[in-house]
Amino acid sequence: MKSRAIVTVLGQDRVGIVAGVSRVLAENGVNIDDISQTIMQDFFTMIMLVSLDENELSIGDLQEKLSAVGDELGLKITVQHEDIFRFMHRV
Amino acid sequence: MLIHPEEIRETIEMIQEQTLDIRTVTMGISLRDCCDPDGDKLLKNIFDKITTAAGNLVSVAKSLQNKYGIPIVNKRVSVSAISAIAESSDLNDYTPIAKVLDRAAGEIGVDFIGGFTALVHKGETPGDTRLITSIPKALSTTERLCSSINVASSKAGINMDAVLKMAEVIKETAELTRERDGIGCGKLVVFANIPEDNPFMAGAYHGFGEPDRVINVGISGPGVVRAMLAKYPDVDLMKVAELIKQTAFKITRMGELIGRESAALLGAAQGVVDLSLAPTPTPGDSVAQIIEAMGVERCGAPGTTAALALLNDAVKKGGAMATSSTGGLSGAFIPVSEDLAMAEAVAVGALNIEKLEAMTAVCSVGLDMVVIPGDTPVETIAGIIADQMAIAVVNHKAAGVRIIPAPGKSAGDTVDYGGLLGSAPVMRVSGFSSAGFVRRGGRIPAPLTSLNN
Repeated sequence: MKSRAIVTVLGQDRVGIVAGVSRVLAENGVNIDDISQTIMQDFFTMIMLVSLDENELSIGDLQEKLSAVGDELGLKITVQHEDIFRFMHRV
Repeated sequence: MLIHPEEIRETIEMIQEQTLDIRTVTMGISLRDCCDPDGDKLLKNIFDKITTAAGNLVSVAKSLQNKYGIPIVNKRVSVSAISAIAESSDLNDYTPIAKVLDRAAGEIGVDFIGGFTALVHKGETPGDTRLITSIPKALSTTERLCSSINVASSKAGINMDAVLKMAEVIKETAELTRERDGIGCGKLVVFANIPEDNPFMAGAYHGFGEPDRVINVGISGPGVVRAMLAKYPDVDLMKVAELIKQTAFKITRMGELIGRESAALLGAAQGVVDLSLAPTPTPGDSVAQIIEAMGVERCGAPGTTAALALLNDAVKKGGAMATSSTGGLSGAFIPVSEDLAMAEAVAVGALNIEKLEAMTAVCSVGLDMVVIPGDTPVETIAGIIADQMAIAVVNHKAAGVRIIPAPGKSAGDTVDYGGLLGSAPVMRVSGFSSAGFVRRGGRIPAPLTSLNN
C-alpha cells in the first residue's frame, strides 16, 4: 500500500541535516517527492513530502528511525500521513 | 507541494505546542443480544461481547496515532443501558455486572466503560430500581466503570423522586469511597436529556436507537482556541467568533478523520463527532483561559456567561461543517477540577457555584466535577440537581450533574483526584434548606414548549 507522508524537521542549523535525514529515507526505500527548506535566525525548518510502501514500513516505524537520527543531530523530526493536513486545511 | 508549508507548520504547532488531541475514541456496543434469565450466563455474554467487539480498539487507535502523529488520549467503551439488559435476569444486585464490565474494560485495555445506566425520567421499572440501588457498591468496587441516570427530559419533565434518590446515592457513593475523597462520584452523572451517542465519560451510554457497534469520537483543543485568540487581543467580538469558528472547523476535521478511519478498521458504523472543547488539568488546555483570553479578568467575573455563550455557539457553527454527523454533548465543557484555570478561579473567589449554574445555561454540560462539603445535606444536593435539570429541560438541551460531596472536607479545602480528574477547591453551597421542596416528591411537568408536534 503506497502512502504519502509529510516529514518535518525542526532544529538548530548545522552541517549534515539533509544528508542525515535523506540517508535514513533512502536506506528504507522511502522516496522524496518534494522538499522545501528555510532557515530563520539559525532555526532550520525542512518539510518533505515522501512516499513509502506501508506493507514494507509503517509510518510509525519510519518515525522511530527518524527520531533516532533526530536525537543524534539535535532535531525534532515528525512523520505524519499527508491526509491529516488535507483534512484540516482543505474542504 | 499541495499543502502549503505554513499549513503544515500550523497543524504541527497545534498538536505539539497547543495540546490538540483526539480526546476519546469511544466504541458503542449494543448488549441487547446478551440478555439471559440466568445471571451467570448474562455475565458471560456481556464479557464475551465486549471483548470480541472492542478487542482491537486500543491497537487500532494506537496505529492511527502513529500514522497521523496526533495523540488519541483515551480509548473507551459505552454499552446499552444495563438496567434494561439485566432486567429479565435473576440477579437482584447488579454489582456483579459492574465488576464484569470493569474486568472486560481491563481485558481490552480501555480506561473507562460507560453504560451502568438507567432512564427514569418518568418512572422506574424493577431493573432501574435494582441498578440505582447497586450504584454505590458498583462504583466503589470498580475502577473503570461509569454510571449515568437520566432523571429528566424536555418531553417528560423532572422526576423529583429520582432526583432525591440520586442525591442519596451520591452521598452513599462518596461515603464508600471516603478514603479517596469521594472519587466514586466522579464516575456518576445525573442527566437531563441524556444523549444516546455521547463519547465522553462519565455520561456515555449506548442508546437503543444505535447500531450494534459504532465509533463516536470526542475532540478537544481548548489550548488551540486560546492560542488563536491570544494572537488577536484587540479585535471585536464578531471577529472573535469568526476566529473560533475557523479553529473549531480544523479541530473537528481531525475527529472526522479519526472517526472515519477507526470505524472502517474496526468493522463498526461511523457515529458522531462530539464538537467539544474538553479541558484537561494541563496548563493552557483550559476553557476558562479562553474566556479570560476574550478579556474577562477571571472566569466567573461578569461577562463570563456571555463569553461562554459566544464560544459555545462558534464552536458548533465551525464544527458542524467539518463532520458528516455531530452528536453527543457538543459544546464547551466546564468541569471545575479538570480545568486548571477554572479551579484557580474558584480558589481566588471569582467563581462560585451559582455563577457556574448560570454558565451551564449556555454551554453543553452541567455542573461538572464540582466538589462540595461532605456534610452537605441530601436535600441540598437534590435541590442543586433539580435546578440543573430545570435549566436543561426548559432549554431543550442535555445537562448532567457530576457533584462530589467530599467526606470530611469543608469549603476552601482542596482535593486531588489525580490524572484527568484533576484537583479543585471545595466549593461553598447555600446553607438555606431545600428540604421542603424536594421532599414533596412527584414530577415537575414538562414545559409547554414540549408540545411541539
